[in-house]
Amino acid sequence: MKWRRIKAIVVKESLQIVRDPRSLMIVLLIPLLQMFMLGYGVNLDVQHIPLCVHDREGSQASQGLLHQFAASPYFSLQAPMGSDAEIRKSLDSGRCNLAIVIPAGFSKGLADNGGGSVQALLDATDSNTANIAANYARSVVAAYSAGVQMEFIRNRGGTVQTLTPVDMQARVWFNEDLVSRNFIVPGIVALVMAIVGAQLTSLTIAREWERGTMELLISTPVQPMELMIGKLLPYFLVGMVDASICLALAVFWFEVPFRGTLTALFLTTGLFLTVVLCIGYYVSVAIRSQVGASQVALLLTMLPTTLLSGFTFPIDQMPPAVQAVTYIVSARYYVTIIKALFLKGSAWTALLAPILCLALYALVMVFFASRAFRKTLD
Amino acid sequence: MSACAAVAIEVDGLEKRFGALTAVAGLSFSVRPGEIFGLVGPDGAGKTTAMRMLASVMRPDAGRIVIDGIDVLASPEQAKSHISYMPQRFGLYEDLTVDENIRFYADLFDVPARVWQARAEKLLAAADMTPFRRRLAGQLSGGMKQKLGLACSLVHTPKVLLLDEPTTGVDPLSRREFWQILYSLRSEGVAMLISTAYLDEAERCDRIAMLNAGTMMYCDTPAALKERMPGAMLEIITPDPRAAHDAVRGLPGVRGVLMVGTGIHVHVDSGERRTQIAAALTAAGIGIESLEEVAPSIEDLFLALLEQDGAGEGG
Repeated sequence: MKWRRIKAIVVKESLQIVRDPRSLMIVLLIPLLQMFMLGYGVNLDVQHIPLCVHDREGSQASQGLLHQFAASPYFSLQAPMGSDAEIRKSLDSGRCNLAIVIPAGFSKGLADNGGGSVQALLDATDSNTANIAANYARSVVAAYSAGVQMEFIRNRGGTVQTLTPVDMQARVWFNEDLVSRNFIVPGIVALVMAIVGAQLTSLTIAREWERGTMELLISTPVQPMELMIGKLLPYFLVGMVDASICLALAVFWFEVPFRGTLTALFLTTGLFLTVVLCIGYYVSVAIRSQVGASQVALLLTMLPTTLLSGFTFPIDQMPPAVQAVTYIVSARYYVTIIKALFLKGSAWTALLAPILCLALYALVMVFFASRAFRKTLD
Repeated sequence: MSACAAVAIEVDGLEKRFGALTAVAGLSFSVRPGEIFGLVGPDGAGKTTAMRMLASVMRPDAGRIVIDGIDVLASPEQAKSHISYMPQRFGLYEDLTVDENIRFYADLFDVPARVWQARAEKLLAAADMTPFRRRLAGQLSGGMKQKLGLACSLVHTPKVLLLDEPTTGVDPLSRREFWQILYSLRSEGVAMLISTAYLDEAERCDRIAMLNAGTMMYCDTPAALKERMPGAMLEIITPDPRAAHDAVRGLPGVRGVLMVGTGIHVHVDSGERRTQIAAALTAAGIGIESLEEVAPSIEDLFLALLEQDGAGEGG
């Protein structure tokens, strides 16, 4: 192996990257775009649930309850409805996910024996959101009825004393604000890097075949290993720049707390990048056409990273067979590491297992990629 | 220089099949240092496949190739540092400049900086390309691209040069400069294998091999091959070559007719047929500006030999 030949390929490849504005754009713009699209688009928090109300009574008491709903950040109150038919129509058309109907005898029931009731109608096509909405509605109503109860006691001249037999003191660690974005965004960094990394190298060998430069290249003494290193190095650099952009966006734009060390972050990011670059390179060697290689590389990186890395769906909730499959998804290790680095600030020792797995993965991929290329037209 | 080896390229029983098709069948020849050896034949004759096997970018199914004493099949990578190969399709990087391309190949062949810089300067000057050193290869004309290809393949002083149809689509001036460079390489002792579809170009080679359907039909110097051609060649200059071609075809003693520019070449079994042919043309009302016996060109020869063997197909 000669360093001079590796350098020659690095220089050549870098010149080609710089002189091809289209690929430069892919390299720098697409990660930005993906970060913003996914960063804002993927949001598992349920807020501003569209809410319709039908107040059949229109009393002070019923309006009081509706005020509570209006004040809650979880609901966004739509225009009041005049009839049951209207409610039905709004639920059907999706104008609202939740409808609250206050019956005509609401305040009378309250005054008589504290037995007022309201009806909640839920659109449960998305069962998860419906569940969450029902819980939020229940807590709004509970807060309201607690207020009513206190007033009731006070009016009777009693002393207000609330009694809570068991009180759970919940303290939330690592993602104190329970903002789903905080664990989604680090995962998005992994997803963007998997996609862009493999795309970068998926074209590199296929392009030489398509443009007819490969025949001359393989007639020179260049060795497959030199070719691979020379081709991967510039893209590794580009990939690290991309990663830095994504990570900076995560910390400074999306304000995800970062508690780990930069060394650990960049080391593991480098390992993951090596894996995806090698996947792209391998595909490029095998497929020999730019369009085909780019499609296959996309399929091989995006799908497993989205579905099987624990980025959106928790791995420990998957059936055992699927869980077993996740072990061959490299993003699984990186997502674990990067989430822990961002939110937990875990020490090296706590992350040793996934880091070693990722390192081993990178080693295996480098091995396969270096052996894939054959200097022959056959 | 490997003067003692006496043979720079030795090919023995070379064979390559693609499925049912035999592209090269039992090809054998040898090329001496300082010799320009031409491979001539129609498209599909197996010239490119043979070149690729010699450049060791394709593995033969059978046979032996020895280049400068190195068994190419046993140690292809070792052989590659002595070979330069110019594929038929332009193989340089169009988004790199002339200089950057040359430098890339100099680096791949590990040529010392001072050596390749001096060589590049000389080669580019010979190719009349010095003013274009900073131009992107993609913006060069067809002729300049080929000359750049040649310059790139020569930066490392190869002992064997393999050129696959290097002058296809090249203007006459560039073509002349191209050959000038080849002749100067010949005096440096480089063995050259050049495939061409241009038969006039084949005449510039020291020896030529005629390939058809993957087999070698003849191999000799252009002059010796011409002598093999039985009969005589008549050149008739006429205002209407196509009519003349149709009128002469099928006459007794006529073996083949070929249209060439302003007239036709008629291959006849003997020079004495000229009066008979002249009479036939006059009878058909076709004017004759001149009619004389000429030395056959390689093109005439090739067609004549193909006819003789009754192996006219191959495309």
